Amino acid sequence: MIEGYLRSDGRKGIRNVTIVAYLVECAHHVARRIVDKADDPDVHLVGFPGCYPNAYAAKVMEAIATHPNVGGVVLVSLGCESFNRERLRAVVEASGRPVELLVIQEVGGTAATTKAGLEAVERVRAGAAKTPRVPMAVEELVVATICGGSDGTSGITANPAVGRAFDRFVADGATCIFEETGELVGCETIMATRAITPELGREIEACVEKAERYYTTMGFGSFAPGNAEGGLTTQEEKSMGAYSKSGSSPISGIIKPGDLAPTGGLYLLDVVPDGEPRFGFPNISDNAEIVELIACGAHVTLFTTGRGSVVGSAISPVIKICANPETGRRLAADMDVNAGRILEGQATLAQVGDEIYDRVIAVASGERSVSEELGHREFILTYKAFEPVGPACLPTRAQSVLA
Amino acid sequence: MTQLILLHEDDNVLVVVAPVEVGDMLTVAGGTVPAREGITVGHKVARHALAAGDKVIKYGAPIGSMIAPAEPGEWVHMHNMKSDYIASHTRAVVGGAA
Repeated sequence: MIEGYLRSDGRKGIRNVTIVAYLVECAHHVARRIVDKADDPDVHLVGFPGCYPNAYAAKVMEAIATHPNVGGVVLVSLGCESFNRERLRAVVEASGRPVELLVIQEVGGTAATTKAGLEAVERVRAGAAKTPRVPMAVEELVVATICGGSDGTSGITANPAVGRAFDRFVADGATCIFEETGELVGCETIMATRAITPELGREIEACVEKAERYYTTMGFGSFAPGNAEGGLTTQEEKSMGAYSKSGSSPISGIIKPGDLAPTGGLYLLDVVPDGEPRFGFPNISDNAEIVELIACGAHVTLFTTGRGSVVGSAISPVIKICANPETGRRLAADMDVNAGRILEGQATLAQVGDEIYDRVIAVASGERSVSEELGHREFILTYKAFEPVGPACLPTRAQSVLA
Repeated sequence: MTQLILLHEDDNVLVVVAPVEVGDMLTVAGGTVPAREGITVGHKVARHALAAGDKVIKYGAPIGSMIAPAEPGEWVHMHNMKSDYIASHTRAVVGGAA
């Protein structure tokens, strides 16, 4: 059974992390020093580097700071940046979590703020430790998936195996999120037929078309040189493989970074900004997507890789599923699940799907994932711009309001 | 050991699941052919003869078009096919010769 941490909004966490958040790059070093000196696997560094305001970054930081896996927050501000630190503190306070704010220019510089920050971490951790533990059902889990360092094996082993696990979680009533519409270019027509309403189907096609336009303006698809070395030739070939992570359940809606899915079921996270391309590539690397999935409430992220990625994440554990048997041997100590066995005839897709499902339950029950154990706590947040999702994107919202 | 697998009956390419060496006998539509080149795991070969302009079908779905012909068992990759959406890039294109 999963023993969750009960938060005041009724959501439950599988971890009780204290975050130290820098609100501009100028406060990054001090925040990192505080986390380094705290030397606790459950004290994590997060932050936003920009000095200019950005509604998306503010929304994601609020979602991260009130994520069910987060028990308390220490904010580190330089003092002159435009990030609204008072608002973020108020949002965390309203959630019932302990929160402290340190302004480097007021506290008196690097050494003084590092010392004050360590003391703040101690107090916040002590407050977070009082969080009640309660039983947590599988249907209360939010499970996300992403692929990184994909190759020609990803789409035949690890990705469809995650799809099998997703189908089981959706059948259990849990929320599952898949993403990266730029890596679904070419699948939009097939995907639209799985939408629970025709209007949602049209929204799915529109959001993939938006991704294609955006990436065309950027001059590159969501396609790295390593993808080609691994046997993938085109964006749509990579997409078809990536798409299989979604499994075969109906698609219940589209959400955007920082939105919570209104019900259980399978949701598509639209990660490509709205409007004219402004701040560059939609997600500059895999961890930017993982942060967005976590901002949508993900307790755990299933990360499939063929070439071999080693990343983890702050806040929510990342579970690594290796698609390629050769990579699996070379990077064995970085992987949770070896899906490459499927290619060598040693396991079936269904068996690996079950293994992934069981691994999620074990990690949700407190076991550390491999990347967690290795100390991976990556976090990256940059500038983006989004419009709110339209009503056709969430046909389940009315249902959840009635319920 | 199986070197090539068919993912969907409509596909006109096969996926390499164990390393292929020059001269290995590859089972494709209509019989076996010797491999002309070494091909690593994850890559594709033509299931039957493909002509320039043919749609390449994998997972039962189009994943691009041929820009040059390929014989059965021949490697299908960036030298003979392209995206129907967005051009793919390699390190040589981005940063000069690797």
